[in-house]
Amino acid sequence: MITWPNFVSQLFNGLASGALLALISSGLTIIYGTLGVLNLAHGAMFMLGGYAGYVAYHATGSFTIAVIVGAAFLIVVGGLLELVVVRHFYSRPPEDQLLVTFGIGIVIVELVRLGFGSLSKTVLPPSWAMGVTPMGFLIYPTYRIVVTVIAAAALAVLYLVLYRTRLGMIVRAGIEDSGMVGMLGINVYRVFMVVFGIGAMAAGFAGIINAPVVSLTPDMGDSILVETFVVVVIGGVGSFPGAILGGLISGEILSLTSMIDPAYSEVMLFAVMTLVLMLRPQGLLGMPSRE
Amino acid sequence: MLSHRPFLVEGLTALGLVAAPFILPHLGFAPNTVDQILVWGLFGIGFDILYGYTGLLSFGQSAFYGTGGFVAAYLLTNNLMSSVMLALVIGTIGAAIAGIAVGIVALRRTGIYFAMITVAIAEMFFFLENNPLSAWTGGENGLPGVPTPRFTLGHFSYHVGTGVSMYAFMAVFYFIGIVLALRIVRSPVGAIFSAIRDNPQRARAVGHAVGFYKLTAFVIAAAYAGFAGGLLGVLQGFMPPDAFTFDTSGQLVMQTAIGGGGTLFGPLLGATVWLYLRDFLQTTFHLGAAWKLVLGLVFVLLVCFLRRGLIGGLRDLAGLVAARRQPAIADTGPATDAGAALASVGPSRRRQEQPFSGPVLEARGITKSFGGIIANRNIDFAVEQGELRGIIGPNGAGKSTFFKMLTCEMAPSSGRIIFHGRDITGMNVDAVCQLGLTKSYQVNQLFARLTLRENIVIAALAERRGRFSLDLLRRIDRVPGLDMQVESTLALVGLGGRADVPVARLAYGEKRRLEIALALAASPSLLLLDEPLAGMSPQERAETVQLLKNIRRGRTLVVVEHDMDAVFELAERITVLHEGALLAEGTPGEIQRNSLVQEAYLGGVAAA
Repeated sequence: MITWPNFVSQLFNGLASGALLALISSGLTIIYGTLGVLNLAHGAMFMLGGYAGYVAYHATGSFTIAVIVGAAFLIVVGGLLELVVVRHFYSRPPEDQLLVTFGIGIVIVELVRLGFGSLSKTVLPPSWAMGVTPMGFLIYPTYRIVVTVIAAAALAVLYLVLYRTRLGMIVRAGIEDSGMVGMLGINVYRVFMVVFGIGAMAAGFAGIINAPVVSLTPDMGDSILVETFVVVVIGGVGSFPGAILGGLISGEILSLTSMIDPAYSEVMLFAVMTLVLMLRPQGLLGMPSRE
Repeated sequence: MLSHRPFLVEGLTALGLVAAPFILPHLGFAPNTVDQILVWGLFGIGFDILYGYTGLLSFGQSAFYGTGGFVAAYLLTNNLMSSVMLALVIGTIGAAIAGIAVGIVALRRTGIYFAMITVAIAEMFFFLENNPLSAWTGGENGLPGVPTPRFTLGHFSYHVGTGVSMYAFMAVFYFIGIVLALRIVRSPVGAIFSAIRDNPQRARAVGHAVGFYKLTAFVIAAAYAGFAGGLLGVLQGFMPPDAFTFDTSGQLVMQTAIGGGGTLFGPLLGATVWLYLRDFLQTTFHLGAAWKLVLGLVFVLLVCFLRRGLIGGLRDLAGLVAARRQPAIADTGPATDAGAALASVGPSRRRQEQPFSGPVLEARGITKSFGGIIANRNIDFAVEQGELRGIIGPNGAGKSTFFKMLTCEMAPSSGRIIFHGRDITGMNVDAVCQLGLTKSYQVNQLFARLTLRENIVIAALAERRGRFSLDLLRRIDRVPGLDMQVESTLALVGLGGRADVPVARLAYGEKRRLEIALALAASPSLLLLDEPLAGMSPQERAETVQLLKNIRRGRTLVVVEHDMDAVFELAERITVLHEGALLAEGTPGEIQRNSLVQEAYLGGVAAA
């Protein structure tokens, strides 16, 4: 039954999942934009963030610490991956990059499975964010609102880093032409390492704050990875604003379609992606020549 | 390359398939595992044609595996059909049709975009199977009760059961699959697939309709996947919904990479390693779920250090041994007496349908602007039949832009381009090449992983077969006239002695001559040469000038060149571009005396 409160609450749900998707996708897209590598282990990063938060939460009992520890852990993991493996693939064909990051994703998933088993784990939201919040004519789960706000804040921080700092300027210049940036005397490799770390952190951060909403399983990254692809294809690969726009659109499509019939929500998402591809192959905010 | 001996590979495959059920169980393979390996191997043959040969890495093959499997299983379990064979064929056709639809969308992009789109579309298939179509597909329960095949011939009837008869059933189809695939990769279409993998732009420029060939590879892969999916249902007596999952596509990609892409047998070997490790690690080492971790690590290491898979690694090893025995063959240098060669390569036979008078190529008022910058301004240009025209101009004069518009690599902002009296403005590069106009590039555009001869074969095939032809089962050496055309092109550019050397091992001057040979092999009536002498040593330069003198007989040539001595030596007429516009046109003598030209080049100093 479609009623006004129902519609508005689905709109909010779409905003919440859209903001999360935007956060994860922006990580994927800045890595691709800067390094030219499509990280197929990005879904595993999202999952790993959730588990890192879970461990920290159970050790300290503090949700805030869990978020900080989890995010810090992911930036280290991302940086190490770039240093140890990904760095050696910049000069190899893109297909090899896909293969190796795909393999890394499997290794991470299986390591987590080995450590935590296949059964799902749950993380409780912080006590102050439990329960529901009355919002005029509808009552909405408080934590969903919190997730939306945190994800939006994280995106804002990412925006500030990308567009208002020296590092961000180098990253954006690297997206245009990383070879030239190197020739200007900037140590591109160190920038690449940091960017990979930040990209992984974006996914991991989303994984932690999303943990109280869903339950954690080692395979949870797979479907997220696919949705992230759809987001960046819609928004334009390599475009940070595109990732945000694509994320919000995808979130709303998923949640509004599931209001009518949940069975079709994912199908609708892919149908929209196909439509975008036919009408604007470079994505809504992508540049035409970007391959 | 696969062996040149006829039927050697086919024979060895048959032998291996017969011997496998006797050998593998002793190595610890369960009989059912061996059957599964064959299904994965067959699934992988099509994928290898797509990825290993054509260079398109799809992470969405599960869509077709599932489609073929569920169509066949649905027909059989609902008693709509009693013949298992017929159901398998219909499933394959269904998968191929899905392949056409998906291919049209996914092939709009290349590289990582293509990979992402295939993943997303395959997920859509999974969700469709799982929810909206669950009344037909059983949703997450799949379709149980898929019957095993029964063959009837008169009074004799044979029922395929489990065990050896099931293995034989699978092995026969694997064999048919591999024989067909070998035919395909040895056909002209197979050669063009490899060319597309190496350099799609050049494959298009020599006259192949690259988009259609990519779609062909995609549909072939989908059909193989569909058939293998059908076999999976028959083998297990049950069609599982996980055929549609991302895991399935991922496993296929990994198995192919482990075994080695571009080999056809790589996926089979990869599946053997994969399934063996799965059984072995789980039962013998009691690793339980951790087997996949070991496998993932093995895979990552393999991608890092043995980039062409196990078969590729073995082949490199064999190549190292063979290279020690092979003496180097010296370059013969360009043919100075190329009369015989010229006669046979001469300009296009096919295309000169009617005698034509007037200019061969004409540009009428073409202008190109990029945003506010005008690169070419209102240029009028005409080349007569048999002429050798030089185009010169200082750096930034707009020569490259002008050239790109003449070959239709770039559309003019306004103006028309007329070739043989026909307006070609806005046509595709491959179609223009088919009309008899092609160019050699300033920066070499070669098919890097093929040999010199194979490179020329690709260009000659476009001339022999047209833009697109589906002769999937024809042997490449049965293309009429191909051999002669390739040999005479080789002789003409003086690379005959180096024909079987991979392009990567050629010297720069040789690559430069191959670059021209690629354009020549397409038998153009009008050949545009973009700085043919760029980066050459004095010796190579003299040889190439001689080569240009040889090839101009019977052809119309337009040469853009910075080497003034060469242009003034070769050209009959010279066109000078300056600041995007036509500055002067005339014989070399007239151009030399032209004060406007002197001013453009020397800033007016020499005018005095």
